[in-house]
Amino acid sequence: MSTLLEVSGVSVSFDGFRAINNLSFQIGEAELRAVIGPNGAGKTTFMDIVTGKTKPDEGRVIWGEKSVSLLKMNEAQIAQAGIGRKFQKPTVFEDQTVQENLLMALKKPRGWLAVLTYRPAGEDLDRVAELAREIGLHDALGRTSGELSHGQKQWLEIGMLLAQEPRLLLVDEPAAGMTPQEREHTTDLLLKAAETRAVVVVEHDMEFVRRLNCKVTVLHEGAVLAEGSLDHVTSNQEVIDVYLGR
Amino acid sequence: MLRLFLAGLAILLSCVMATAEDGAIQPLLQEHREVIAKSSRKTIAPAIDAIAGSGLPQAQRVLETWAAKAMWMRKSDGHFFAGEKLDSKTYQLTDFDSGEVVGTFAKKELKQLKPNSGIRAMIGTALVQFQLLDADIAKRQAALTSIQRDPEAALLAPLRASIEAEPDAGLKAQKQRLERLLTIGYDADTAARVAAIKEMSGDLGVDVRATLNPLVATTRDVAPGTVPDGVNVAATLVPGKDGFPQVEAYDLLVAKGFAPARVTLDDMRLGLAAHIEGATVGGVPVAQLNTDENRARAYAALAEAGKVAPLVTSADVQAALAAHVFYDTYAEPSAQVAEAAEAALEDIALKVGMNQTLDLTLDALSLASIYFLAAIGLAITFGVMGVINMAHGEFIMMGAYTGYVVQQIIPDHTASIIVAIPLAFAVTFAAGVAMERLVIRWLYARPLETLLATFGISIALQQLAKNIFGTQARPLTAPGWLDGALVMNDVVSISYIRIAIFILALIFLGVFLFIMKRTRLGLETRAVTQNPRMAASMGINPGRVNMLTFGLGSGIAGIAGVAIGLFAKVTSELGSDYIVQSFMTVVVGGVGNIWGTLAGAAMIGFLQKGIEWLNPSNTLAAQTYMIVFIIIFIQFRPRGIIALKGRAAGD
Amino acid sequence: MQRSFIAKNPSVLIFLACLALFTLMVTVLSEGFGVGMISTSFVKTLGKTLCLCLIAVAMDLIWGFAGILSLGHFAFFGLGGYMIGMWLMYERTRLIVVDSLSQAEIPPTGAEVVDAIGNQIFGVVGSSEFPVIWAFADSLFLQLVLVVLVPGVLALVFGWLAFRSRVTGVYLSILTQAMTLALALYLFQNDSGLRGNNGLSGLQNLPGVEASQDVVSLWFLWASALALGLGYLLAAWVVSGKFGSVIRGIRDNEARVRFIGYSVETYKLMIFTLTACIAAIAGALYYPQAGIINPAEIAPIASIYLAVWVAIGGRGRLYGAVIGAAFVSLLSTWFTGGQAPDIPLGFYTIKWVDWWLVLLGMSFVAVTLFAPKGMGGLVDLWTQRRAPNRHGADLGPDDGALREQEARK
Repeated sequence: MSTLLEVSGVSVSFDGFRAINNLSFQIGEAELRAVIGPNGAGKTTFMDIVTGKTKPDEGRVIWGEKSVSLLKMNEAQIAQAGIGRKFQKPTVFEDQTVQENLLMALKKPRGWLAVLTYRPAGEDLDRVAELAREIGLHDALGRTSGELSHGQKQWLEIGMLLAQEPRLLLVDEPAAGMTPQEREHTTDLLLKAAETRAVVVVEHDMEFVRRLNCKVTVLHEGAVLAEGSLDHVTSNQEVIDVYLGR
Repeated sequence: MLRLFLAGLAILLSCVMATAEDGAIQPLLQEHREVIAKSSRKTIAPAIDAIAGSGLPQAQRVLETWAAKAMWMRKSDGHFFAGEKLDSKTYQLTDFDSGEVVGTFAKKELKQLKPNSGIRAMIGTALVQFQLLDADIAKRQAALTSIQRDPEAALLAPLRASIEAEPDAGLKAQKQRLERLLTIGYDADTAARVAAIKEMSGDLGVDVRATLNPLVATTRDVAPGTVPDGVNVAATLVPGKDGFPQVEAYDLLVAKGFAPARVTLDDMRLGLAAHIEGATVGGVPVAQLNTDENRARAYAALAEAGKVAPLVTSADVQAALAAHVFYDTYAEPSAQVAEAAEAALEDIALKVGMNQTLDLTLDALSLASIYFLAAIGLAITFGVMGVINMAHGEFIMMGAYTGYVVQQIIPDHTASIIVAIPLAFAVTFAAGVAMERLVIRWLYARPLETLLATFGISIALQQLAKNIFGTQARPLTAPGWLDGALVMNDVVSISYIRIAIFILALIFLGVFLFIMKRTRLGLETRAVTQNPRMAASMGINPGRVNMLTFGLGSGIAGIAGVAIGLFAKVTSELGSDYIVQSFMTVVVGGVGNIWGTLAGAAMIGFLQKGIEWLNPSNTLAAQTYMIVFIIIFIQFRPRGIIALKGRAAGD
Repeated sequence: MQRSFIAKNPSVLIFLACLALFTLMVTVLSEGFGVGMISTSFVKTLGKTLCLCLIAVAMDLIWGFAGILSLGHFAFFGLGGYMIGMWLMYERTRLIVVDSLSQAEIPPTGAEVVDAIGNQIFGVVGSSEFPVIWAFADSLFLQLVLVVLVPGVLALVFGWLAFRSRVTGVYLSILTQAMTLALALYLFQNDSGLRGNNGLSGLQNLPGVEASQDVVSLWFLWASALALGLGYLLAAWVVSGKFGSVIRGIRDNEARVRFIGYSVETYKLMIFTLTACIAAIAGALYYPQAGIINPAEIAPIASIYLAVWVAIGGRGRLYGAVIGAAFVSLLSTWFTGGQAPDIPLGFYTIKWVDWWLVLLGMSFVAVTLFAPKGMGGLVDLWTQRRAPNRHGADLGPDDGALREQEARK
């Protein structure tokens, strides 16, 4: 299995506080990975670095077959290169309809001129409808997304990510604040997505992680503490000490 | 001998008390009676010199009386006396030598001597030597001042003579200094002048430069062939080089009459117009004369016919320039002196430059403290609370008007300022709290709308001030002890008001730091700034803290208003003049940090003064360039000079 | 799902119809047409108001849709006015100069004519030389190109600098305000080449046109109405499609748009430059009707008033901006023109000339606090009855546009 993203020796500090400390991380294509860790372990900062929001003080972030460095690219370029990100809080464009949200995310030329003259073709609308069906929002296409429930917004955001057709999906606490049924739906969505692309899920909830049934990376104080199956890491004494034991 | 005899005779006749050994002045006056009576500027000089040079103690009194138009001549014998008017017809005469009253006379028996202003000036000069030695220090000082104002070669000797006997040390120093300057200007001995120049070089006084500058002043001249003898040449010039264009050189030739004037386009047009024959000029139809080529052709034809002055071709110009030599001459004939003066001036220029830098630094510092004062309140509301207050400038204005109103009630300026400062704080604090409670509280989540709402308040307040106080500027007078300036030398000076503002800025900085770091309010404010929800859960009431913080920021704006009002006119636009600079200060310095505001104020102050110095005639341009610079600066440090880092600073 | 542009935006059609009707009515009632119920000066006021509506549309695009509170669009407006003013002034002066020089015995050369024009124009600032920036003043076509080009390039450069360094929110507002102030101060100088604080004057006279002002004012009214109509159409088209979707996304959550892969900076730059050009065209039509332009017109306060109009009219909807600009500017003319009756209170008489700004400021605060949707919100009251399913509360396009917790209320 070839490596899609390789993070090596990355460190970043804020005002002297080392949020990420010599972190190394790899993920291959079509792989599902869960990242767990206590608060302040650097999970969100890790995603910030990969998506270009935060520039690390040192280290390398290498992407794809051509081994491009992501450090020289801005957020938009990284997103266009094929990395999608879902935020902790559901962030959809609440003023716009579900359809508009999905259309905006659809994989199409992102240049301003192309966008200005863009008028959705029939196949685009079909694709949007298909995505909406997948995330269970087929009936809500014309609704303003601000009216959706919390869970529906989460799905819409995942739908937008899928519409981007990224090769790597970074998902931050997708199950937070969801009912059990909604969680199940979310798990299905993620598992399905991971069939064709790499997915990294940052999650607190052990039950949710167990259901994903994938390799787990434990972060602690900005570095990798343990890696392996969930059973493997939960039996690791260090992990129990810093995370599960508390 | 005859003169002595006559003098003795005169003394015997006129004054019983005076003896020949005492020396009487009347004979001297009699000797010059005709010229004195004639009172003409052209001929009077020997008389004045004789009186002044007589060495008699009465000479000063005579000259003073004369200059004051109080000297009268008795027609009967031509003697001179000091006259005092008793009534319109009669005068009482006093003898100069004895000091005794001679008697009263009818006006028609007497002739008043009325020296004109030219003569009075000459008498004044002659008097100086007496005044320089006068017992009254005020008179000596006045004499020195008059020499300074109007230096003359003749005054050098009496000045020198008076130095030795001068009892007052301060005045002695002044005399010595003036003696050096007069030596530079008027001494006959070149070596002495050069020595004096060397001695004074490096002195910053304006008087030194005023003395030296005429020595190195040059005039541009031209002569055929070679430079004439006896001219102190500063430099010879080559036309077309050394910043001396050929056009200028030729114009000089024309002005000196060495070459014919050029035919300008205007001359050509007039010449053509004067020689219109039918519908043609010089064979060219008038209608075609709308191009320079056709005009030149027509004019050439006219010149050929001798009707107009021929054109001066560029070959003519070159020939004329080559035949003459151009040079700058010193007005000062002595080359040695000019050279020494040049060197001394250069020396002075360097020192002046250094002192000007110091002066500029002081100016910039004072401007920076004004910006700091204006911005510190904003730094609190904008920096700490993240609330943008467009009405901040109007709070400054309110403070200034409070000061003005207090001065209307309490006329004593010192007392009124002492009352005005806390009162201005109270007024603007109340206004700030009211504004926070009524408006801003509801808009914390919407910063852009805060900007607009406070702008609405700003225009309303400004118009309100106009309606109440009118559009004309109101004075806010500083107390007397703040008048004047601290003068270090002729170059460096700073007014006391600016020093006071600088000190006030320092006090504000101290107070702010104290409140933020040492008081409960400061602690709570910092807590609310960093995490309002957490602070609230710790029992801090964020609403109250926000209210007080906003009030504090506004109150400080009020005090700044009083300070700014002291040196600027109080108008309703006072605040808006400072608002953009204040925002710039906060933004450039970095939000949320008082040291950042300080750095921002310093940077903007120094920058503005620096740009003004580069282009002193144009303060508008200075402001333009400053803003452009700031926009570019933001490129490199979007979060200001002192930026918060890390996730706390994130979006 | 797919419908035509007009069908999706019925308000555009309604707006254009209203505009056409308005123009027709004013034309018929004007002095130039013969009826004379509307004086020529009021026709000019209405024409100017249309131009202000156009710049308000631009402001709504940049602020209401893209969320950038620019306090600098009046600078572009003024620059547009200056550009057209240069040609108007040059050409008119040239005609006068040629006329007077034709009386001379010798016909003038080209250089003499230009010198005489320079003397006429720059005499007031003690100069007679043409500055470099007047190089194209003799060509109407080139000056018309400059109307769009100069403000466009300025917006491009400024926007590139500002957006590149990710200056947002109030910082950006202050920065645009500073830009405006810098430009105004620059133009105030005599050696700026645009006659310092004298500005350009006599712009109401079209060179070579014999028609009276009665007729000329109508021409400008038509031109302004046409420009407003086209500008409105363009703005509506821009915001209706995916581009509009993206810029509204930038307004509501810039970071999210970035992570979807859109280059936020480029989009902001484009919309900033586009609106600057619209503003410049509005200015180029406004100042020939006003007759005079000077740097005071560019002062930052003007741009803030622009924001006031748009806010009162209602942000995020184009017709709101137009209503706001027309309503407030006409009302302002009415109050400050001394036409509003004074209110005697016995002890004090409220003169509206003095109190109008206080009223405006206060009503502005009130609108921000109590009616963030502005006057456009009234339209919602009417449409909501027909479409009751829209129960998400719109809180304006700021930070908190329809955020989840607010929508839940």
